[in-house]
Amino acid sequence: MILAFHTMRRDWFSNLRGDTLAGAVVALALIPEAIAFSIIAGVDPKIGLYASFCIAVVTAFAGGRPGMISAATGAMALLMVTLVKTHGLQYLLAATLLTGVLQILAGTFRLGSLMRFVSRSVVIGFVNALAILIFLAQLPEVTGVGWQTYALVASGLGFIYLFPYLTRAVPSPLVCIVALTAFTIFFGVEVRTVGDMGALPDRLPIFLIPDIPLNFETLAIIFPYAVTLAVVGLLESMMTATIVDDLTDSTSDKNRECMGQGVANIASGFLGGMAGCAMIGQSVINVKSGGRGRLSTLLAGVFLLLMVVFLGEWVARIPMAALVAVMIMVAIGTFSWDSIRNLRKNPKSSSMVMAATVIVVVATHNLALGVLVGVLLSALFFAHKIGKIMYVGSTLAEDGLTRSYDVIGQVFFGSADRFIASFDLKEAVEKVRIDVGRAHFWDITAIGALDKVVIKFRREGTEVEIIGLNKASETMVDRFAVHDKPDAVESLMGH
Amino acid sequence: MKTLVLGCVDGSTYSPAVCDAAAWAALQLDAPLTFLHMSSKSQLPPKADLSGSIGLGAQESLLEELASIDEKRGKLAQERGRQMLAAARDRARDAGVAAPERLQRHGGLVETLTELETGIRLVVMGKRGEAAAVASEHLGSHLERVIRAMHRPILVTTKEFGAPKSVMIAFDGSATTRKGVQMVADSPLFRGLPCHLVMSGAETAEARALLGHARRTLEAAGFEAPAVILPGEPEGVLTRYQKEHGIDMMIMGAYGHSRIRQLLIGSTTTEMLRKSTGPLLLLR
Repeated sequence: MILAFHTMRRDWFSNLRGDTLAGAVVALALIPEAIAFSIIAGVDPKIGLYASFCIAVVTAFAGGRPGMISAATGAMALLMVTLVKTHGLQYLLAATLLTGVLQILAGTFRLGSLMRFVSRSVVIGFVNALAILIFLAQLPEVTGVGWQTYALVASGLGFIYLFPYLTRAVPSPLVCIVALTAFTIFFGVEVRTVGDMGALPDRLPIFLIPDIPLNFETLAIIFPYAVTLAVVGLLESMMTATIVDDLTDSTSDKNRECMGQGVANIASGFLGGMAGCAMIGQSVINVKSGGRGRLSTLLAGVFLLLMVVFLGEWVARIPMAALVAVMIMVAIGTFSWDSIRNLRKNPKSSSMVMAATVIVVVATHNLALGVLVGVLLSALFFAHKIGKIMYVGSTLAEDGLTRSYDVIGQVFFGSADRFIASFDLKEAVEKVRIDVGRAHFWDITAIGALDKVVIKFRREGTEVEIIGLNKASETMVDRFAVHDKPDAVESLMGH
Repeated sequence: MKTLVLGCVDGSTYSPAVCDAAAWAALQLDAPLTFLHMSSKSQLPPKADLSGSIGLGAQESLLEELASIDEKRGKLAQERGRQMLAAARDRARDAGVAAPERLQRHGGLVETLTELETGIRLVVMGKRGEAAAVASEHLGSHLERVIRAMHRPILVTTKEFGAPKSVMIAFDGSATTRKGVQMVADSPLFRGLPCHLVMSGAETAEARALLGHARRTLEAAGFEAPAVILPGEPEGVLTRYQKEHGIDMMIMGAYGHSRIRQLLIGSTTTEMLRKSTGPLLLLR
């Protein structure tokens, strides 16, 4: 109890000033993003704004990573497009609820630990793909419009990147939005504004149950969307949590984060918001602005709602060009610049995994699919590399009648063919002795390969003796005891 | 390996007393002495950058920036810790301890002590740490957590420590204090000192029998052991008795009750830690 109190104080109130300021900065940056992501998903801006408020507030309490910002995100918005287009908003809300339930289940079954199979190359591919998608989503706003829009976007980016040289005490995206809005109103420039994109919140969110028929048909419609939403939401949240862990040199509770995301999505669904997850760009901004505790996340949500509800009239007048500028900044800030610089330094297989992830995501707009391809590819590359760790040597006895083969290394589906090919089946000898005592047989493919070799030798009239098979096949047992003791590791690697 | 006396020093005003107490205990017990310092760097974020803009490589450059700030802080904290440990070692050497060891670790005190527990015979720490406000009745935030987590005796010192001339055991008849009496009887720590046995509450036959047994245990080990049962609440009775007889150190069982009970009616241990003006030896 004392421990709980101690942790609570540290998570919430150890950094009051920093968290409050950072919360305000993040809230200002969240507003354009929430609006932009609603537009991507094809719903009214208020859906994204309610979602961002709700998800930020709930994850502040229920999440496992203090200081991380969760809200409506681009990764999730991209997955909803077809659902909204074909079935409408109510089905999106239902899918959001189901997403939350699935994420809570994932947290309960501790699936957060599956993240270890997602290699670094896949993570970087995911992040880069996300940045590219956010950037691409801005293109419709700047195609087929007058030169005024281009000029506004360019000057917006100028504000964002140059203003910090003047002062770092005021968020430059805010300066960009205020300046461009004031300019367009003052000079009466005719450009599209946020108000043209759909309804903005005019009141605090209220509890409502999605208006859908509760039957199997509905489930069949929303389930596939909910699964991908749940997977992508958890993936991005786990990646962001790791990034915040690294930045702040502290640890987080990943399974609690899974459940927190789930609870937040359920709350969002009931309050008329879309599904969301943790945001890489915003979390980086939060840490950069001095946010560390749960208070920063909570205040980001609260400030966001207050500003939108009470300044809604003004928010509606923000030109879309200003939002585009902010989103281009988010895309640039999300992109992993290091990954391009290291492209030639890293092993080819890693770069290929990264590139494949990016290509699949950009082609399908589905981050889950990209990650799946990335994980499969990295597993294949790994199996290929490990398959090379196998050697078969042989010696012929002096009488020329007996050949002894000595197998060392890993024999499994990835190296079985090479294993078979290592035996000289055409050699006419009376007896063959195969010592597998220093090899490991990982699966039934390996055993099958050995059987095949034995049969082929027998058909040539050669007698076969196998030594050390028991030891070699110990590794086949699925519940293979973990080799965490030094002598066990020794025997696994070197015997 | 011989189990050791571990003195926990930090920058607080209690550290000299911790050195003295640890040195005294190490000499009495003929045990090796080690001083532990936990170097913890400030977790507060550096000057905030509220520009809210992120450019190319934002994540990498932020990580680099935060890491280099932490690096500086960490080096400073380590250097400070080394100086504290050197001061503690010199003080203990002057007190006659042959070769006091020094140990500097990162992380939480509670976790570190739990890790080291098997090698420890006695932990010595101050009533409050560096970060705790001094003028209040509040205890250091670590102290109670350490006491709850450890299964070794803990000597909690006040700001000044002198070798005790007489000690008293706060006896309540519980299994912990009965075991404690046995420990005191067996240990060389208090050999030759008068050891009062004080029990609070009604004078029942059962209480008298338990106290009598404890007294015989101590006397058999060569202690002079006056034993009394005084009516009243333990906190008041014990401190009054200590004052009246000019006793230097109190020995008591720590946190015999559950946390639920502590939440509802408070804990004698916490109360004694707050009120006592002399060092306390807590037995688990």
